[in-house]
Amino acid sequence: MSKAATLTEGSANKIQNGSNGKTAENEHVVDLLTREKAEKEKVELAKAEYEARRASQIESIKRTDKKLLREMLYQMVLGRRFEEKCAEVYRMGKIGGFCHLYIGQEAIAIGAMMALEPSDMVITSYRDHVQAMVKGISPEAVLAELYGKIGGCVKGKGGSMHMFSKEHEFYGGHGIVGGQIGVGTGMAYAAKYRESGQVTLCFFGEAAVNQGIFHESLNMAQLWRLPVIYICENNNYGMGTSQERAMSTRNIAKKADAYEMANEFVDGMDVMAVRDAALRAIERARNESLPTLLEVRSYRYMGHSMSDPGNYRTREEIAKYQERDPIVLFKDSLKAAKVLSDKDFDAIEAEAVETVERAVKFAEESPFPPESELLTDVLV
Amino acid sequence: MALLTIRDALNEALREELKRDENVFIMGEEVAEYDGAYKVTRGLWKEFGGKRVVDTPITELGFAAVGVGAAMAGLRPVVEFMTWNFSILASDQIINHAAKMLYMSGGQFPVPIVFRGPNGSAFQVSSQHSHALEAMYSNFPGLKVVMPSTAADAKGLLKSAIRDNNPVIFMEQERMYGMKGEVPEEEDFTIPLGVADVKREGTDCTIVARSMTVPLALQAAEKIKEEFDVSCEVVDPRTIKPLDIDTIVGSVKKTNRLVIAEESHSFASVGAEIAYQVMDTVFDHLDAPVKRISTVEAPMPYAKNLEAAALPSVEKIVEAVKEVCYL
Repeated sequence: MSKAATLTEGSANKIQNGSNGKTAENEHVVDLLTREKAEKEKVELAKAEYEARRASQIESIKRTDKKLLREMLYQMVLGRRFEEKCAEVYRMGKIGGFCHLYIGQEAIAIGAMMALEPSDMVITSYRDHVQAMVKGISPEAVLAELYGKIGGCVKGKGGSMHMFSKEHEFYGGHGIVGGQIGVGTGMAYAAKYRESGQVTLCFFGEAAVNQGIFHESLNMAQLWRLPVIYICENNNYGMGTSQERAMSTRNIAKKADAYEMANEFVDGMDVMAVRDAALRAIERARNESLPTLLEVRSYRYMGHSMSDPGNYRTREEIAKYQERDPIVLFKDSLKAAKVLSDKDFDAIEAEAVETVERAVKFAEESPFPPESELLTDVLV
Repeated sequence: MALLTIRDALNEALREELKRDENVFIMGEEVAEYDGAYKVTRGLWKEFGGKRVVDTPITELGFAAVGVGAAMAGLRPVVEFMTWNFSILASDQIINHAAKMLYMSGGQFPVPIVFRGPNGSAFQVSSQHSHALEAMYSNFPGLKVVMPSTAADAKGLLKSAIRDNNPVIFMEQERMYGMKGEVPEEEDFTIPLGVADVKREGTDCTIVARSMTVPLALQAAEKIKEEFDVSCEVVDPRTIKPLDIDTIVGSVKKTNRLVIAEESHSFASVGAEIAYQVMDTVFDHLDAPVKRISTVEAPMPYAKNLEAAALPSVEKIVEAVKEVCYL
């Protein structure tokens, strides 16, 4: 683990521990003063962290292909605009059921997945729209799936939580918390068995770490030396329950130590840090056939799903994270490194908006699946 | 024809499929170096090595999941549960993942996997090792459920199950592993899934039995023939899902009477489904209400006499036949 990463882990700890404010009424004044001080410290810390991030990000940017950097930013912006559109059309009743948005977490999918080869495999949880698009499924097919239309990537049979593409080696969004950790382990098992050279990227949230399947999978992956990278997207909330109310330990990356597995803590607001950590893990998987656990600390701006008003946290808490927004940070760094200009940003923005509008048009126009689809695909 | 135990017939099926397709591999607890808890995989690890026959930790949910992922990514795993009772730990992967993957991926990801092992009671192994679980797994679209009762069926059906592109629940019976039967020696002998077999022809009463209750039903039929000169037809569906209801209905149309003998508990059982389907299609052909013999509605007791009382028996089947034949 690099020095910068250790620093991040420490400072993130301070930020998170500071937000715990349950006290008796007679301690109210003292509590307010303490909290005010803590808030100030947090703001200063966040600012310092932002500066540190930017400096390290610029270093990493200098080592990376410019065309790729542009594409990374584009995918992040597209992911953001796409999910905002989902929220909009969901409220209009165009999308039914559950709809879990990725806003705020874009740096993770883009940072990790754009370090892969196209033949590598990816599997994730139900928060899967952006991963699906980064892996190559068109925004049209993802949005049409959300609309429950035949033009969707699984013909309207899966919806928000179940995007799949055999062609693009995207093994799905999965709805049982943690279930995909075991399936991803099996995909890596097959890659090793067939000597295909493929690496498997397996995403899950921090709440999934409390499931037995996480531990069963990590044990087997290290025991059998499987080429898999477990990416824990720690957005601090399992639905409405914060990590500190659900997990006896703070440090998820270190859980891999129990299985003697390589692990790293990564700042999930920094797309280049995610990319660099993913590249190290991918190399380990591809060349040594060894697994890695990455804990990528992030924050989701929206509720758990569209039906979650998010009463368990304050607007201030969300605003604080938005100050360290992964897209703003990346743009600042790209500009400082003289890779992209405001003009480029405008072009990227326009392209993303246009792509999303095209997806909306496609989803609107695509027909609902015919009833003859009801009983197909049950058995081969 | 070769005279084989069910255990050895299963072993032959596994050996032949391992040889035929290099994407087939076996995984489970004690399947490799220990030669299998019930010796179904005997000799396979020595012959095919640790890549093809894999010992797992005791981690049912985990290795079931590895099987599902490996099947999605192009392999054909045969996953052994030491008993189906332990599959309950893995049921999330079997039900929520294997069974639903093809549908929720819009047909893109078939899961060609076989989950196999002994189902139901053994010899005084008590409550947590004696459950017959076919009704539960039959309730999930996307799964096939197979239950052989003879050595030939065991071999032919297991080979077909391994070649099938769907997840297959393959349920054996520990009490039956040592039972011998004739197995065709022809090259690549298989039996298609979804086809019932008439184990004994008769004219007066149909007994539908599966797995452990097939030999019981055959003995009961013999006894009834001797004592009452009543001729029973014993139909073994062999595959519970998809169910060959046509063969069962055809038999009922001939005999006009139906007894169902099953090892599982009665409530919401496979027998209940068969009774419904028969009533739905040939109600007017029935000369008596359908009668069902199942395990009593209690967890399996340990004591020998209580265990025997809980399970279906030749006597219970005889009584049921007498009842529907008004004897």
